[in-house]
Amino acid sequence: MIVRGADRVLVQGITGRQGTYWAERMQAYGTGIVAGLNPKKAGTEHCGVPVFATARDAMREVGFDISVFFIPPLSVRAAAQDAIEAGCRRLVILTEHVPVQDVMELLAMARANGAAVVGPNTAGLVTPSECFVGFMPAFERDIFRPGGVGVISRSGSLGTLFCLNLVQAGFGQSAFIGIGGDPIVGTTTLDALQLLDADDRTDAIMMIGEIGGTMEEDAAEDARAMSKPVVAYIAGRASPPGKKMGHAGAIVMGDKGTYASKRKALEAAGVEVLDTPSEVGRALQATLG
Amino acid sequence: MNFEEHAAKPLLQAAGIAIPRGRLARSAGEAAAAATALGVPVVVKAQAPTGKRGKAGGIRTVDDTRAVREAARAILGMEIAGHRVEAVLVEEQMQVAAEYYAAVLSDAASKGPLVMFSPEGGMDVEEIAASMPDRLGQAPVDILHGFTLDAAHEMLEGLGAEEGPLAETLVALYRAYRDNDAELLEVNPLARLADGRLVALDCKFVLDDSGIQRRQELAGRGSPETLTALEARARALGLRYIELDGDIGVLANGAGLTMTTMDVIAHHGGQPANFIEIGGAAYTKAKPALELVLDNPRVKCLLVNFCGAFARTDVMTGGLLDAWEALKPTVPVFFSVRGTGSTEAREVLRERLGVSPYETMDGAIVAAIAAARDAGASS
Repeated sequence: MIVRGADRVLVQGITGRQGTYWAERMQAYGTGIVAGLNPKKAGTEHCGVPVFATARDAMREVGFDISVFFIPPLSVRAAAQDAIEAGCRRLVILTEHVPVQDVMELLAMARANGAAVVGPNTAGLVTPSECFVGFMPAFERDIFRPGGVGVISRSGSLGTLFCLNLVQAGFGQSAFIGIGGDPIVGTTTLDALQLLDADDRTDAIMMIGEIGGTMEEDAAEDARAMSKPVVAYIAGRASPPGKKMGHAGAIVMGDKGTYASKRKALEAAGVEVLDTPSEVGRALQATLG
Repeated sequence: MNFEEHAAKPLLQAAGIAIPRGRLARSAGEAAAAATALGVPVVVKAQAPTGKRGKAGGIRTVDDTRAVREAARAILGMEIAGHRVEAVLVEEQMQVAAEYYAAVLSDAASKGPLVMFSPEGGMDVEEIAASMPDRLGQAPVDILHGFTLDAAHEMLEGLGAEEGPLAETLVALYRAYRDNDAELLEVNPLARLADGRLVALDCKFVLDDSGIQRRQELAGRGSPETLTALEARARALGLRYIELDGDIGVLANGAGLTMTTMDVIAHHGGQPANFIEIGGAAYTKAKPALELVLDNPRVKCLLVNFCGAFARTDVMTGGLLDAWEALKPTVPVFFSVRGTGSTEAREVLRERLGVSPYETMDGAIVAAIAAARDAGASS
């Protein structure tokens, strides 16, 4: 999913410490936050917007397009059900450590209702100079600037480094899509790739993957057929097998999810795979001329 | 989190799947007593949270009590895939007529549970999938509706395996998977006995690590990961630290950036000494993190790579400097500091440590590798 300045955003968990801190930053940047949720504080105002008990109430009273979650892991499934049943079609779930079976349930609910989910365990989405949803440093002018590169990342910190390198090399971003570091996520690398391929503002795509799972391999086939150039980086080449490298999804088991398998699939599809993030400017200059 | 066989099997029993009578033994004497109570012949099985126990010689069938003692003595203390065997499971031997494979797992491709069954049990599922893929049934499950008897029958029909209560067993296995926040629940082999009953001869259970927060009691029966002393200390502090073989200590924020720091060190010819993640909610823990990284005796220099997003680099740098001033380490340190709060972070680094960060991450890494080489050459 891509966020735009006109999108109306609901913040589930707006009154918490992180919810408040990031709601204020999103608002300052221009994100259209229209309401927040906290059943215990329904009827009050927070960050200048009304607080409701349920997403259903918020939908009826003010209406919204996207819901972003600052919700503890064991409450995420129910919160997602609330949003989906209220008619929300775009959910951004930042929470880490949501039980995998809860993730599968909420993704099944979303699928049955035609809703898209980004995350869990994502740092969020950014459209430079318009809006952001999540906890990305969109407001840092040397990291995010409007431009033509669509960025897909499983990691917030590494995605930030790439955005910074892009800006230093004279590029800007059309959209940043943080897809999340969990083994099962709502929006896959392939989904994000297809979105950016269809996006008018995007000229080239920077795909930042990591070891574990097969999302990068699955996306490689489509990358071959795309008209826009794709450059990739895969984190975890030097990581020992059998260990979870911080992200629940970043683990090599046997010959599954290895760096070698991902690099091979991407290179076979004509995608350049960078050895270090500092090569991104050179690689894009070469492909875009 | 992995579970040993003896800790996994009771989950099957609770769901109505039969398991052999058995007893856990931690010594040869206990094993002999178990065999006497159960009656020979028995199977003596090494308990370790890994497969390949049979191939490693960790499973023996014996038919008299003295042989049980010898088998237990041989198996206890074995190393299997890096795990020391501390206990054996002594089980009654079953009269097996056929062996099946059955499992339920969380499948990233279908984003839901996947039930797998094969009439060709007893070998690894990878082997079945490679050598006779048409004998391996796979049924993606709509988690909102569950795995029904009809779906089980349909799957079994396709494989020509409809004997007795197989469908009921698969449904029970799915229920056990759901009731226990499993990432994987596998029975291999699932045995058909001469009298037609189905019995789970082995069981592999992996508990979803994110499910532990609501399965504390269950997690208490699982096998903790094998950790080094430093890794155990990190775990107690809520930090994710992995000890590696190299000599460059790494301190970075976020899982992706930390992995990348290790990768770029390796790319330029160096070797990282650790993974440690202090991003996310841990970004205020720079001080204990630095202590951990420096307490690894292999560390010859330190590389600090911060790229602030959610984690503010000024907060991380401040915590790091507090620790640095308290510990007064003698190893050289190289910084790359960018992103949220980096202007303040650079200032405080200049003021308190008298150093400036490198302009690029690669620059800091190349310098750190050279310093580690120099330290290695002079020691």
